[in-house]
Amino acid sequence: MALLDLANPTRFMALADRVLPWLWSAAILVLGIGLYLGLFVAPPDYQQGETVRIMFIHVPAAWLSMFGYGLMAVSALGTLVWRHPLADVAARAIAPVGAAFTLIALITGSLWGKPMWGTWWEWDARLTSVLVLFLMYLGLIALWNAIEDPNRAGRVAAVLILVGSVNLPIIKFSVDWWNTLHQGASVFRMGGSTIDPSLLYPLLICAIGATLLFLALVIMAMKNEILRRRIRALRLVAASVPAGVAA
Amino acid sequence: MSGFGEHSGYIFAAYGLSAVIVLAVVAWVLVDGRAQNRRLKDLEARGVRRRSAARRETTS
Repeated sequence: MALLDLANPTRFMALADRVLPWLWSAAILVLGIGLYLGLFVAPPDYQQGETVRIMFIHVPAAWLSMFGYGLMAVSALGTLVWRHPLADVAARAIAPVGAAFTLIALITGSLWGKPMWGTWWEWDARLTSVLVLFLMYLGLIALWNAIEDPNRAGRVAAVLILVGSVNLPIIKFSVDWWNTLHQGASVFRMGGSTIDPSLLYPLLICAIGATLLFLALVIMAMKNEILRRRIRALRLVAASVPAGVAA
Repeated sequence: MSGFGEHSGYIFAAYGLSAVIVLAVVAWVLVDGRAQNRRLKDLEARGVRRRSAARRETTS
């Protein structure tokens, strides 16, 4: 199926209905295996001890918080440049899911920081930039809800998303550019991962499972958003044509 | 459970709160989906149709 075919919301809904059961099954299976390996099979870290198990949710959630915003930035381009009918629908559906995963990253990071760093929170570059990401998600959700016309809201939100995307490289490279309490990159880095395979593989499996879960939630939220816009259009039709059926 | 040592409280809190957040998003998506489907059916029951559906009926 060509990408252009997916521009049709009805075709997207039909495809989503076919894909979602498989996506949910794969997400539950892969995430279940990953969490089992992370909680019960992976050894304690030689420095962090058992608290390393928090990493199996913290790291995928942190990756997905950025992945979600990256997808929103691509969708924003789709809205402004190509005027793709589903681009704004996608961005609007991603925002609450991305906000939820960012919140998970912040909470689990704090719960890891207290026993390891001795503090729940530190205003260092990495933590602060991720908090800014979370606030940007919330701000965009508020913006979409504040403007009644979805097309106008979509264009305004798309501009704000693209402006806010400058925060993504700041989050990624904050640990290199500034002297932060947060550790540097240890998985995706020049010279390869510094994590032992016994911890790395469960982490990667958890990340794949969490990504499948993220995508399943986004596709469901997209279906809801398409229905919401369809209902709005029908209400406009009902308001303009008293007989009900538009010609 | 003390299987995770002295910091087990932090580990359980991290997994528990994450599960609560994910389940809240799942519940929101499901409830929102049901609400939208109900509203759409209500409108269709009142005879309000999409232009494409009305056009299909007149041509068939």
